Amino acid sequence: MGLIFAKSRPGRTGVTLPLKDVPVECKLDKRYLRGKDAELPSVSEPEVVRHFTNLSKMNFSVDSNFYPLGSCTMKYNPKITEKIAAMEEFVSLHPLAPQLIRGGMLTQGALEITSNLEKVLCKITGMDEFTTHPMAGAHGELTGVMIIAAYHRNNGNRKKHILIPDSGHGTNPASAAIAGYDVITIKSDKNGVMDLGEFKEKLNEDTAAVMLTCPNTLGIFNPDIKKISDLAHKAGALMYYDGANLNAILGKARPGDLGFDIVHLNLHKTFATPHGGGGPGSGPVGVKKDLEPFLPISRIVKRSDGTFTLDYDKSLSIGYMSPFYGNFAVMLKAYAYILLLGREGLIEVSENAVLNANYLKVKLEGHYDIPYSEVCFHEFVLSASKQLKKGVKAIDIAKALIDEGIHPPTVYFPLIVREAMMIEPTETESKETLDKFIDVMIELALKAEEDPGVFKSFPRNAPVCRPDEVKAVKDMDIADV
Amino acid sequence: MMMPDDLKYTKDHEWVRIEGSEAVLGITEHAQSELGDITFIELPETEKEVNQSDTVATIESVKAASDIYAPLSGKIVGVNELLKDAPESINRSPYKDGWICRINIKNPEEQDNLMSAAEYEKFLQGE
Amino acid sequence: MSYIPHAKCDQQKMLEEIGISSGNIDELFSGIPEELRALSFDLPQGRSEFEVEKYIKGLAKKNATDLVHFLGGGFYDHYIPAAVDAIVSRPEFYTAYTPYQPEASQGTLQATYEYQSCICRLTGMEASNASLYDGGTALYEAAMMALRATGRNKIIMDGGVNPIYRKMMYSYTTNLSIEFVETPVSHGQSDRDRIYEYLDDKTAAVILQNPNFFGAIDDHVDIADKCHSYGALLVESVYPISLGILKTPREMGADITTGEGQSLGIPLSFGGPYLGFMAVKKDLVRKMPGRIVGATVDMNGKRSYVLTLQTREQHIRREKANSNICSNEALCALRALVYMTMIGKEGIKKVAQLCLDKAEYAKQKLSEIKGVEVKRSSPTFNEFIVRLPKDPNMVIGKLIDKGITPGFPLGRYYADMEDYMLIAVTEKRTKQEIVVFAGALEEALWG
Repeated sequence: MGLIFAKSRPGRTGVTLPLKDVPVECKLDKRYLRGKDAELPSVSEPEVVRHFTNLSKMNFSVDSNFYPLGSCTMKYNPKITEKIAAMEEFVSLHPLAPQLIRGGMLTQGALEITSNLEKVLCKITGMDEFTTHPMAGAHGELTGVMIIAAYHRNNGNRKKHILIPDSGHGTNPASAAIAGYDVITIKSDKNGVMDLGEFKEKLNEDTAAVMLTCPNTLGIFNPDIKKISDLAHKAGALMYYDGANLNAILGKARPGDLGFDIVHLNLHKTFATPHGGGGPGSGPVGVKKDLEPFLPISRIVKRSDGTFTLDYDKSLSIGYMSPFYGNFAVMLKAYAYILLLGREGLIEVSENAVLNANYLKVKLEGHYDIPYSEVCFHEFVLSASKQLKKGVKAIDIAKALIDEGIHPPTVYFPLIVREAMMIEPTETESKETLDKFIDVMIELALKAEEDPGVFKSFPRNAPVCRPDEVKAVKDMDIADV
Repeated sequence: MMMPDDLKYTKDHEWVRIEGSEAVLGITEHAQSELGDITFIELPETEKEVNQSDTVATIESVKAASDIYAPLSGKIVGVNELLKDAPESINRSPYKDGWICRINIKNPEEQDNLMSAAEYEKFLQGE
Repeated sequence: MSYIPHAKCDQQKMLEEIGISSGNIDELFSGIPEELRALSFDLPQGRSEFEVEKYIKGLAKKNATDLVHFLGGGFYDHYIPAAVDAIVSRPEFYTAYTPYQPEASQGTLQATYEYQSCICRLTGMEASNASLYDGGTALYEAAMMALRATGRNKIIMDGGVNPIYRKMMYSYTTNLSIEFVETPVSHGQSDRDRIYEYLDDKTAAVILQNPNFFGAIDDHVDIADKCHSYGALLVESVYPISLGILKTPREMGADITTGEGQSLGIPLSFGGPYLGFMAVKKDLVRKMPGRIVGATVDMNGKRSYVLTLQTREQHIRREKANSNICSNEALCALRALVYMTMIGKEGIKKVAQLCLDKAEYAKQKLSEIKGVEVKRSSPTFNEFIVRLPKDPNMVIGKLIDKGITPGFPLGRYYADMEDYMLIAVTEKRTKQEIVVFAGALEEALWG
C-alpha cells in the first residue's frame, strides 16, 4: 500500500478549524520562525479514514485471530472497559488540576479509582502498598530496582549486583543495569528452574536483589521459591517478582506470600487492557510495608473526611517516575475488568489459562520436542529441533501458521531452548480454536517430514512474505522525508 | 570447517595471527556462520589500551549482537576501516578481508592461553 | 463474567484428555506446594457490565467536567478530530501486539513508519523512533543517549525546562554518577552567560526547551554552535503544535529533539497514556533507544516494513541494551499520526497561529486589569506568565468556582515566583471565554 504522503494534494485538509474570532494578528520576529513549512500530508477526512482502515486490515489482532504469543498474554479485551475509559469525565481531566488550590476536589473520582485500584492489587498479590505510576512493565521493573537501591542506600549498604536466571525476560537485566547494578546471570537446571547450587554460590553480601518470574518463561513454577527467598533475605537481598506471568496463578498463589518484597504487574497482560500494537501499557509496582517510604512521588492519601488528596512530601521517595499518576486510562480499564470478574472470575482466569496451555501441550507432545515436560502453567515451550533435522526452523513454522490465520507463538525465546516456540493460549479461547490450532500444528509437523522444502515459501497469503531484514538494517530507510 | 594452522584461537571463537610484536584478530569461520549476515561492526579506537578479555568491538547481525574480546593485552594500533562500509566481509572472508583490529602486544606470555588449530577443532567438537 | 468460552462440559472433556480424571481443575496447580498457596484472595464478587458501568459513572461524576481550561504547563486542551478516535478504535489496531511478525502486522508497521516520517517532517530531524512513554522519560533517554554518544558525564540543563521533567531527570539518574548543572532563566530566556560558564569539553549535552516552561520563545542557534565547538550535543525539548510555525530544533542545530506528543490528538486523561517522541540526526540512530521501523523489500521484491536495528534493544542485548524500554506508546503514536495527517500541512500552521493570536488577545485583555502585569520581556507562543497583585492561589480558588481553571501557580516550582501564574490559551478558547476569564479575574482580585 502506498504511503499517506502519496495521497497528499495541495489545498486539501481533513480538519476545518474555527474562524479566528480575536482582533489580533500576532507576528513573530523571523528568527523565531521555521524556514519552510512542515511537509505534513494534505489529505481529506474520507481519504485519511480509508487509508488507515485499509492499513488496519493488514494486521492480525486478538479480535480477529488466535494469538498464542508466549509471555504476552494476548487475551480478549472486553468492550465495556473501552466504553468506560472513554467517559468524558475522565478523558478531559487535566493532570495538573489536583496541584491547584482546591483543585483536588475537581478530580475526586479519578483519585478514588486510583486508590481503589492500588488496594485491590494489594489483595491480588499479597503486597501492602502499590503505586500506579510506572507506564509499562519494564518501567515498573526500573521503578522496582530503584526502590531496591534506595532501600539499601538508606540502610547504609552499597550492594553491587542483582541475580537473574537465564530464562528471564530481557527487560530484567536491562532494568537492573540502567539503575546502576551489575547483572549476574544464573543458569537454569535440567528442570528448567534456576539452578539452586549456582544461586547459593553467587549469592553474597553484595547481592542487592534476586529478580524472578514465577512461573517462569518456560511455564514452570519453582517449588523451591520460598527457600530461595529465605536465603536471599538472610543474605540481606530483596526479592523482586516480575509479574508478567501473573495470569497463571491468580487466586492460587500470591507473590507476597512467597516471600517477594517487590512486584510489578503488566495490566496490559493479566488485566486485559489492550496492547495497542505495542503500548500503552501500565506497570504498577507493589511493595511490602518496609519499602513504602521509597515509592515514587506522589502518593494518594485518604483524608479523615473520606476525600482523597496527593502527598508530595516523601523524603525517602525515589522521586518522580512519571509526570503524574501513571497511564490513568489504562488503569481505569484494568480496574473495571477486576470489578467485572471479581474473586471467582479471576480464579477462573488462571484455571482456564492453565487448562488451555496443558491441553495444547499434551496434544502436541509426540509431534514436537518438549524440553521440559512436567505439567505447565499458563504457557509452555516447544522446540522445533526435530523439524530442524529436515531443515525446517521454528521461524518457518511460525510463517506457515500465518497462512492459517493464526498468529505465531513467540519464537527463539527463551534463549535457553533451541528453536523455541513459546505458546500461551490464554483463557479466552474456545476448545474449537484450540483444536484447530492442534490440527494445524500436527499437519505442519507432518509436512516438515514429507515436504520440508515448501516451508521457505511461507507465508503465501500474507500481504508480504519474509521481508529482507538485512537490507532494512543496511539501507536504514526509517523515514520518508 | 576452515581453520588455518598458522593462527591461534580463543574459546570465544576468535582467531589471532602473531606478526612480530603485533597481533591481528578476527572471528572464525564457525563464529561468522553462527551469527549469520553481519550488518554492522563497532570498531575500537586506535591508541586505546586494552587488557586481555576486555571488549574491543561489537559485531551485529539482524537478530544478535556479539562482543569481541581482546585475546591479548596491548594497544590498538590499527582497525579494519573497510568493515565500516562492508561488514559482510567478515562473512565472506573471516580470516583475510574480515580482520578486525591489530594490537601491539604488551604481555607475550599471554599467548600461552590461546589454542592451536587442532585444539580449537577439538574445542568445537566438544561444544 | 470472565470472558471464558468453555462450558462446564468442555472443561471436563479437556481435563480428561490431559489425564486429570478427577475432573478437579485445581489439580493443575499441584506444582505449587500446599504451603505456598495464597493465604487469602479477598476480593468482591464479580458484577455485570451494567452494574460496573453504573458504579464507575458514579465515580466519574465526582470529577469536574465542562471546565474552561487556561491551564497548560506542557499539557494542553487542543481539539481532537473525531476521525482520530474512530481510527484508533479499530480492534485491528488496538488489540494487536508489538509487530514482531512483519507478515502479520504490516498495518502497524507502515503506520509507525509514517509516524516516524511525520515526526521528522515536523521537527526537521532525520530519524525518529516509534515512541517512548512520555515527554519526561523521552528527555531522560535523550540525556542518557548523549552520555553514551560522547563518553562524557556532565549535563547542563536550562531552568526553563519543564520542572516536572527536571525532577524526573534527577530521580532517574540518582544511582548513576552524572554531574548536573542547572542554569537559571534570564528575562524569560536561556541564560547564555551562565550556560557558557559551565560548558566545557567534559559536557555531554546542554538541554533546552522551546518554548520554555514560561511559554517564552527563543532561538538557540548560538547555543548550538557553542555546544558543538566543545563536542557537546544540544538536546531540545519541543512542543509539537508550536512547530507549525516556530523554528525547528534542526534549524537551531539540535542533535536530539524530544517532546510530549499529547497535543497531537491525545486526550488529557488525567496524565496518561501520553506520547514521548524522539528524533535525532542520522549519525545518532544506533544510540537511540526504543523501537524503530524500517522499509525494505520482501522475497518477491515488494515494499515491506519491519522492526529494524533491534540489536540495540533489551530482548537481544539484555544488560547492554541502550534502554530497558519494551512496550512503547504505539496506539498514542497512531493517534498522533492520524492527527498530523488530518490537520495537514496548512492546518498545523493555522492551529499554531490561532494559539499565538488568542494568547496575544488574552495578554491584552488581562493587562487591562488593575495590578495585573503581563510579562513581555520575550515573545511567547500560547502560554505566558502574569504577575498578580494578590496571592495566585486565592485567585485560582475563586475562578475554579466559576468553572475556569485560570492557570498554574508558578510558586509551586519556582521559589522566587510566588506572585506569578502561567496561563495557556489554545485554539479551543473563544474570544468570549477569554473576555469572561478576564472579567472573572478582575472580580476575584478587586470585586
